[in-house]
Amino acid sequence: MIRKEEIEHIAWLARVALREDEKDLFEQQLSSILDYFAVLDEADTTDVEPTYHVIGITDVVREDEPKEALSQPEVLRNAPKKEQGYFKSPRIL
Amino acid sequence: MDVKIGLECHAQLLTQSKLFCSCSTDYHNAEPNTHVCATCLGLPGALPVVNERAIRYGIKVALALGCTIQPKVIFYRKNYYYPDLPRGFQITQYEFPIAFNGLVRIESDGGKEREIRIKRVHMEEDPGRLVYRGTIDTATYSLVDYNRSGIPLVEIVTEPDLKSPKEARIFLGKLRSILEYLGVFEGDLEGAMRVDANISLKGGERAEVKNISSYKGVEKALSFEITRQKNLLRRGLTVQQETRHYDETRGVTLSLRTKEFEHDYRYFPEPDLVPIRISNRIEEIRREIPELPDEKKLRFIAQYSLTMEHANALTFDRHIADFYEVVASKIDPKLSATWIADVLKGELNYRSISMREASKRISPDDFVAMLRYLKKGVITERGATEIIREMLDSGGKPEEILRSKGLASIGSDEIEKAIHAVIKENEAAVKDYKAGKKEALNFLVGQVMKHTRGTADPKEVRAMLTRKIDGEI
Ligand SMILES: [Zn+2]
Repeated sequence: MIRKEEIEHIAWLARVALREDEKDLFEQQLSSILDYFAVLDEADTTDVEPTYHVIGITDVVREDEPKEALSQPEVLRNAPKKEQGYFKSPRIL
Repeated sequence: MDVKIGLECHAQLLTQSKLFCSCSTDYHNAEPNTHVCATCLGLPGALPVVNERAIRYGIKVALALGCTIQPKVIFYRKNYYYPDLPRGFQITQYEFPIAFNGLVRIESDGGKEREIRIKRVHMEEDPGRLVYRGTIDTATYSLVDYNRSGIPLVEIVTEPDLKSPKEARIFLGKLRSILEYLGVFEGDLEGAMRVDANISLKGGERAEVKNISSYKGVEKALSFEITRQKNLLRRGLTVQQETRHYDETRGVTLSLRTKEFEHDYRYFPEPDLVPIRISNRIEEIRREIPELPDEKKLRFIAQYSLTMEHANALTFDRHIADFYEVVASKIDPKLSATWIADVLKGELNYRSISMREASKRISPDDFVAMLRYLKKGVITERGATEIIREMLDSGGKPEEILRSKGLASIGSDEIEKAIHAVIKENEAAVKDYKAGKKEALNFLVGQVMKHTRGTADPKEVRAMLTRKIDGEI
């Protein structure tokens, strides 16, 4: 079960404003998702190495060579608000 | 008062390209948002790929700090929402960092050697940079530049072994020195080192101070925080465990009243990056580690018969050490030490420029030429200082400055003439001196120096003056 305060906290962490009815909805939905995953708790994982990655490859790296970047207009093209080459964002301290 | 300080130091690594994409790291004087791509901008579908050199630099740092390197690293996502993080998470290391358990030796107050334990060394990406129009308090919005987003950082976390703000500053200076010796870091670049500090007083909770971005700032921020915590405890109040923000311009720490805690970061392995086994690189990188400041200091003392003070002053900054060694290979090492450690360093400090910058104007050969003039008596000590200042301020070669400034020291004939004039003009002072007033001689020497516009050697003037006047008695 997930409590309403937790829903509010998670919403705050994601900086999403939820209406009261949405909080109720997500309370139910997230709870059922957690219940679903709880099935995994039944599996015995003693002596099983945790899986950190599902694909078996390792050691993928690239050489340290700079390549051309995007142009400033391209970078800012999707920005809803911009100013003098910067993205504009609400002030958060 | 028992104070415990631990530092988390974030140092930018000097790679050519960013940690997870190929954007150039040469952004310091660039227009905003001109060194970014889909990856460091966090656009959907863009995939990070690890920069091999950054990993090597990270291992190099960990080795130089005496850490135990781990067999593999796994990158994690640290989730939090802030405008400087375009994806809503920072890629960092968590359970599998590069290394644990190192040690840094510092010379604390009064030269006492202290060992500061290093808890861990890991790598992460730098966030973007926020700019406020006006002050951080009054600005109604922030501007975001992602040029810095994705620059490789190495984070060095100490145990809470530091006992005072001053020790924290000394530690940071030593760390900077080591990183610069390794050639992986340039400390005088803007924002190259940023520090978060944990601090607690006996009987209080631990507070974390974030956003310290200068070497001097560390000492100031911590001193402020100690006073604040002391005052609370004195008034019988408790120090709360909290995160505070250091305001550099006002020199104060402010509560962030954050609602986020460690578990809120919801760390999990970054699914877009595979684990990297690093054991196979260790031996090769170990061989690349140069002589570090402590070893160099001992060698300088042995090889050039330097004092501990001079050896310290000359080895702190790799660029000064290299400069010194070239000069010392061509002319008297002790004389070189005095003129570099005492005079040149003083002039650099006065101008707030680093040796790295200064070396664009003064070459070791220029310095040797200047010292040769001094040794031969062509210039006085004052003239030598004048040449150093002129080279730093306007450039130019010692021989040119010597000529254009008329710094050549004059022969004894001319000093003789000047002495003659001064004695004539200052009969009262001469009388005083003869009557036993020693200070009167200083005055007369000063007058002769004035007459010769500083081109006479004061020691010689003094000797000639006393001979002259005493001879008359
Ligand atoms: Zn990029």
